[in-house]
Amino acid sequence: MNFEFTEEQGMLRDSVARFVQDSYDFDTRCKIAATDEAMSRENWQTFAELGWLSVPFAESHGGFGGGPVDTMVMMEEFGKGIVLEPYLATVLLFGGLLQRGGSVEQQAEIIPRIIEGGCQGAFAYLERQSRHQLADIKTTATVEGDQLVLNGEKVVVFNGASADQLIVAARSSGEQSDEAGITLVLVPADAAGVERTAYRLMDGQVVANITFSNVQVPVADIVGELDNGYAVMSPVITQANVALAAEALGIMGQLNAKTLEYTKTRKQFDVAIGSFQALQHRMVDTFMAYEQVKSLLYRAVCELDGAGDDVTACVHALQVLVDRNGRKIFGEAIQLHGGMGITDELDIGHYAKRLMMINTTFGNGDYHQAKFNELRYSA
Amino acid sequence: MDTSFAPEDLAFRDEVRAFFAEAYDADLQARLNNLDTFKDAVIDWQKRLYKQGWIAPGWPKEYGGTGWNATQKFIFETERSTAGIRDVIPFGLNMVGPVIYAFGNEEQKARFLPGILQSDDWWCQGYSEPGAGSDLASLKTRAVREGDEYVVTGAKIWTSYAQYADWIFCLVRTSSEGKKQNGISFLLIDMKSPGIKVNPIVSIDNHHSLNEVEFNEVRVPVANLIGEQDKGWTYAKALLAHERTAIAGVADSKRSLAETRAFAEREVNGGKSLLSDPLFQKRLSDIEIELMALEFTELRVLATVAAGGAPGAESSMLKIKGTEMQQAVQELRMDVAAYYQGVLPNELTAEQLGHDFGSQARQTYMYGRASTIYGGSNEVQKNIIAKAVLGL
Ligand SMILES: Cc1cc2nc3c(=O)[nH]c(=O)nc-3n(C[C@H](O)[C@H](O)[C@H](O)COP(=O)(O)OP(=O)(O)OC[C@H]3O[C@@H](n4cnc5c(N)ncnc54)[C@H](O)[C@@H]3O)c2cc1C
Ligand SMILES: Cc1cc2nc3c(=O)[nH]c(=O)nc-3n(C[C@H](O)[C@H](O)[C@H](O)COP(=O)(O)OP(=O)(O)OC[C@H]3O[C@@H](n4cnc5c(N)ncnc54)[C@H](O)[C@@H]3O)c2cc1C
Repeated sequence: MNFEFTEEQGMLRDSVARFVQDSYDFDTRCKIAATDEAMSRENWQTFAELGWLSVPFAESHGGFGGGPVDTMVMMEEFGKGIVLEPYLATVLLFGGLLQRGGSVEQQAEIIPRIIEGGCQGAFAYLERQSRHQLADIKTTATVEGDQLVLNGEKVVVFNGASADQLIVAARSSGEQSDEAGITLVLVPADAAGVERTAYRLMDGQVVANITFSNVQVPVADIVGELDNGYAVMSPVITQANVALAAEALGIMGQLNAKTLEYTKTRKQFDVAIGSFQALQHRMVDTFMAYEQVKSLLYRAVCELDGAGDDVTACVHALQVLVDRNGRKIFGEAIQLHGGMGITDELDIGHYAKRLMMINTTFGNGDYHQAKFNELRYSA
Repeated sequence: MDTSFAPEDLAFRDEVRAFFAEAYDADLQARLNNLDTFKDAVIDWQKRLYKQGWIAPGWPKEYGGTGWNATQKFIFETERSTAGIRDVIPFGLNMVGPVIYAFGNEEQKARFLPGILQSDDWWCQGYSEPGAGSDLASLKTRAVREGDEYVVTGAKIWTSYAQYADWIFCLVRTSSEGKKQNGISFLLIDMKSPGIKVNPIVSIDNHHSLNEVEFNEVRVPVANLIGEQDKGWTYAKALLAHERTAIAGVADSKRSLAETRAFAEREVNGGKSLLSDPLFQKRLSDIEIELMALEFTELRVLATVAAGGAPGAESSMLKIKGTEMQQAVQELRMDVAAYYQGVLPNELTAEQLGHDFGSQARQTYMYGRASTIYGGSNEVQKNIIAKAVLGL
């Protein structure tokens, strides 16, 4: 039994922590959020130089060969700084799909470019109607000779506006919500027939709705096999869920720490408000809520790392707690800050909004609970 | 025990309903929803209510009230929210107006009440200070008497709509002798007075309704003092009880829940309507059941008031449960909006975006966090119930 990090993991965590502390204070973050891309290309190069972009990739492609623990320690630190740079979109999703399902040629061509910071990627999976059902896909991919023709629309594509390359989940056969019949395909963002409409989300990031009108790509650009994309995206999303939970944990820790600090300094009725038992018990509750998320996160990471057979249930359970405890934690953080908690100038609301967004990315708590129930209790 | 409406109540309901249908027209709604035209549209709407004689149902008839009984007020309120009409801006009509007619002198009544009723004067509330929130009585903004004037220096914060206001009603410190509640006075201050500076505060819904208001040796005629000097706390407390009954907003929550239900029905979740999802149904009914109870809690309080009783600590309960329910509905709507809750207001049409209510849902939800903080935070309300009701 050992919950310690290895020396390497510790160094990775410290390196991200130092960057967040030294170069990503809240003011800087606000300035980056206000730029057109809502991320800093310069920071992205720093990430590359520090080796962070290589972490989850295989050593054969120049990667660090890291596992879920490495991703976790990084994401938790990113969470603490509500870092905007698209690590999830480019490295974990786009890169993760290539690593998992890409051909040798695709991997050799693109992964080194991701690692050196020269390629921004995005995974276009959501559609207007899909909500949290990943397989609910209407965008079509039709084989015509050696070409694949894409038609349809993807929405809320994270990093979609800045990406050079997209991986699009499209329907090549089957019914609208079938897991079979989904094909993943690489599409250059500047391909003919691709149109992007960018907009901002509450957590600062810029996303895009992307329409595909008779977009032609060679069949060779399919990631994985025709009709079999779900088998590639599903495990990648499972890993991404764990990474997001780690980011969420970092945020929850900050919210709790900042709130605790505030209640020790804010005085009303001539005493620190933290001396009121009514508030103390609630901070004890949010402290425990945080610890519970951390435990479930570790549990999920251990399952992932050891390729355990309970990974899926663990990750659904984790997302249920991330959602439920996250709401509790940011709710109390705002409430206990009083009027201050309602201001945009304070970081509390920004942490809250990122948590809210995390909870919609691959399904909210209710969605994951239903999935958990299905796994555990269906006859 | 009977809560059914008499025939004359039903006739009254029809009259109210017809008026709202006619007067609250599409053009007005559009102007209310546009930040640039919001202020003028509010005034326009409130003037329509005034012309109808319905601007101040809570006021005594002699001062411009409607003379309605409790049932009629309940009907009016229900019809208003069912029609999706926002409540009047409270600062003049629900807050300072009642203080003026209850504690002001004849001159003050004649001078200020018409402007409030006709919405010619926009009022804001200058109570909270950076150091005085829940502990309001510790406020420090100072008013020093010099001849026929008070000289006011200090700062107020969280002042809603101060940027629109013609007048501000303030609690100021006129004495630091004895108990801190004792040296407070209630002053009406013209926002155009030299020495006042309004600094905007943007809130987490990305809007500007909050402000900090600085007072730098602002000269206020003694004629603008309500009641006696150093007795302002008594007047303010009377007002706070008033504020808290209005705050439950059951009818608004019911309407909002019905709307949320309609959104959910439209939303497709794995091939089926989200409304048919058992987990969603549980969350919806959890809220609906609490609201069914709260509606009757509110009626019970209203009945007490109608029978001549004062809304005491019960109003604290309405405030706590009412705001909890408002937040629960807002949160549920966010979940219906899923990832679209994140969309900021932008130039894209709903058609381009692929969605039509998420952005609004988030703004309401984010600002809604404040409802358990303002008007006496829910923690403070619980302290009141513990003390006043449970005797702890
Ligand atoms: C089944 C059972 C087995 C037990 N076995 C043992 C045993 O083997 N040996 C032994 O020595 N004792 C034992 N106890 C006694 C137990 O430790 C006491 O019941 C416990 O310490 C609480 O004391 P009390 O019952 O006097 O309740 P009180 O202390 O009077 O508490 C009453 C309530 O007030 C709350 N409360 C008290 N102080 C505060 C505070 N400062 N802030 C907020 N809330 C507060 C409590 O949480 C509780 O809800 C046992 C009790 C039970 C019920
Ligand atoms: C959107 C909004 C609009 C507002 N509009 C106005 C306005 O127009 N005019 C105006 O004058 N004011 C206004 N206010 C101010 C509002 O009344 C105060 O925010 C409120 O009184 C709380 O004070 P505070 O913000 O200083 O929080 P604090 O009093 O510092 O409270 C911080 C936290 O401590 C808790 N707490 C404090 N004391 C206790 C206790 N004894 N026991 C347990 N918990 C406690 C509180 O509940 C809160 O959770 C507005 C506030 C908001 C958020």
